[in-house]
Amino acid sequence: MRRFTWFNATSLTLGFAFLYIPMLIVIIYSFNESKLVTVWGGFSTKWYGELVQNEAFLDAALVTFKVGLVSSVIATILGTMAAYVLVRGGRFFGRTLFSGMIYAPLVMPEVITGLSLLLLFISIGLDRGIVTIILAHTTFSMCYVSVVVSSRLVSFDRSVEEAALDLGCTPFDAFRSVTLPIIAPAVISGWLLALTLSLDDLVIASFVAGPSATTLPIKVFSSVRLGVSPEINALSTILIGIVALGTVTASITTKRAVVRRRHEQQMAVQAG
Amino acid sequence: MNFRRIFLFSIPYVWLLALFLAPFLIVFKISLSDIALAIPPYTPTLDLSGGWVAFKDFFSQLDFENFTFLASDSLYWKSYLSSVQIALISTFICLMIGFPIAYGMANAPQEWQPTLMLLVILPFWTSFLIRVYSLIGILSQDGILNQFLLWLSIIGEPLVILNTNWAVYIGIVYTYCPFMILPIYATLTKLDASLLEAAEDLGCSRTSAFWQITVPVSKSGIIAGCFLVFIPALGEFVIPSLLGGSGTLMIGKVLFEEFFANRDWPVAGAVAVILLLILIIPIVLYQRNEQKMMEAEK
Repeated sequence: MRRFTWFNATSLTLGFAFLYIPMLIVIIYSFNESKLVTVWGGFSTKWYGELVQNEAFLDAALVTFKVGLVSSVIATILGTMAAYVLVRGGRFFGRTLFSGMIYAPLVMPEVITGLSLLLLFISIGLDRGIVTIILAHTTFSMCYVSVVVSSRLVSFDRSVEEAALDLGCTPFDAFRSVTLPIIAPAVISGWLLALTLSLDDLVIASFVAGPSATTLPIKVFSSVRLGVSPEINALSTILIGIVALGTVTASITTKRAVVRRRHEQQMAVQAG
Repeated sequence: MNFRRIFLFSIPYVWLLALFLAPFLIVFKISLSDIALAIPPYTPTLDLSGGWVAFKDFFSQLDFENFTFLASDSLYWKSYLSSVQIALISTFICLMIGFPIAYGMANAPQEWQPTLMLLVILPFWTSFLIRVYSLIGILSQDGILNQFLLWLSIIGEPLVILNTNWAVYIGIVYTYCPFMILPIYATLTKLDASLLEAAEDLGCSRTSAFWQITVPVSKSGIIAGCFLVFIPALGEFVIPSLLGGSGTLMIGKVLFEEFFANRDWPVAGAVAVILLLILIIPIVLYQRNEQKMMEAEK
């Protein structure tokens, strides 16, 4: 028997308080009337109004969103391909190098990745801008996608795929109608991970972004350096809200899917 | 290998060769160059049109001067040392905080576990920058923490936390804690509770059962968690530059400033190469631990 002791309850309470209180404070103070960030001056939503009118933030948000969308889609395609090759490819020339290049970016300090990509772009004469940010983000997030997808590919029963091939499917058809539906949840969570990583990235973007394209994290960073501001509080609240909504929805949908699958399995057992 | 396979395999392979491996070789090459007042600001640059002579000339100009410079200037080796120290201390605090949380989660009633899991993952999906930012308002001189402690009369005058190494420790622990909690929780849930019962039946006290069974079982999770905190903390840039002070020396910040403020690309390249060499040891150890975990599962 596992016992849930007082010690466990206390450490959970304190631990989650530690994880959540700072974010709660940011949310509370985003509704502060006062410009002073440490004095409560009454409830107000005026900082949200100012945020919506701030052209610089809106432009940066648009660039960030474009980069995130394009890079996460390319990263998902490349990452899934890489995962398929790693898991199903068997032995091939340069496999160690390939898997090394997939795993290394996960632990590489961002300053090194950023610096090296910038030096590459400069040496081939590519102008810094939205394209270079997309290339950089695709490169590191495809590795995350590939790790997520390959863990799913490893665990699934290969005989289903072989059965499809035996029944006359072309390899591509087998992939599309058997493999892809099975790994789809992993592909989707890989894509979400790639999107979040791209929207969140500051360091690599600071290196590879030119004056023509500034992303939201770069903008936030430069204004946060000057201190806490109620506008940033408002922006943070919106971003935290989006993430919370997304995560909770995703977990409820997966839970429902699990419940439904269990129900279907029971029905099948009863019918058989 | 048929054509389709080669196609499938070559696209991600070429992509990574071009955008991951090649950039490193360029960094390495530039770290051997000298700074120059030019665009790009280093010399020599390779001019392929000059043929073999130019190529030989190019190589003869490369040297390890930047690396001897790094070794002779105390700023750099002090930064490396203090980065390692800050990362080690933060990892230890993270373990001290993360283990009880993971342990509490694993012991919690089954129906709570998905929600608890969600509560740990949620900060991970939330913007890193925002989480670091949220600490500024708390740790500053007139921040919430000081106001609270003054109100409780625990302290007579506000503590200086922001812009010191303390704030950096708090920042790293706060942002990387989920990386410590999740692997430990994963190993703890696999712990067979009957082992603990058996130990107690055989006269083991609960404390010694904890040390002799729970901790060894979760060892691989603890190791994985520690590396997942230590490795990224070592090259951290955002936390020391937002929470740390002028006295906080961390190599990620030094590299960033060397590149952007001093525009000394060759030295920045050399700093990156050394950081990478330092990181190889923990990365290899981490991979080995992961492989052991995978084999244990089989």
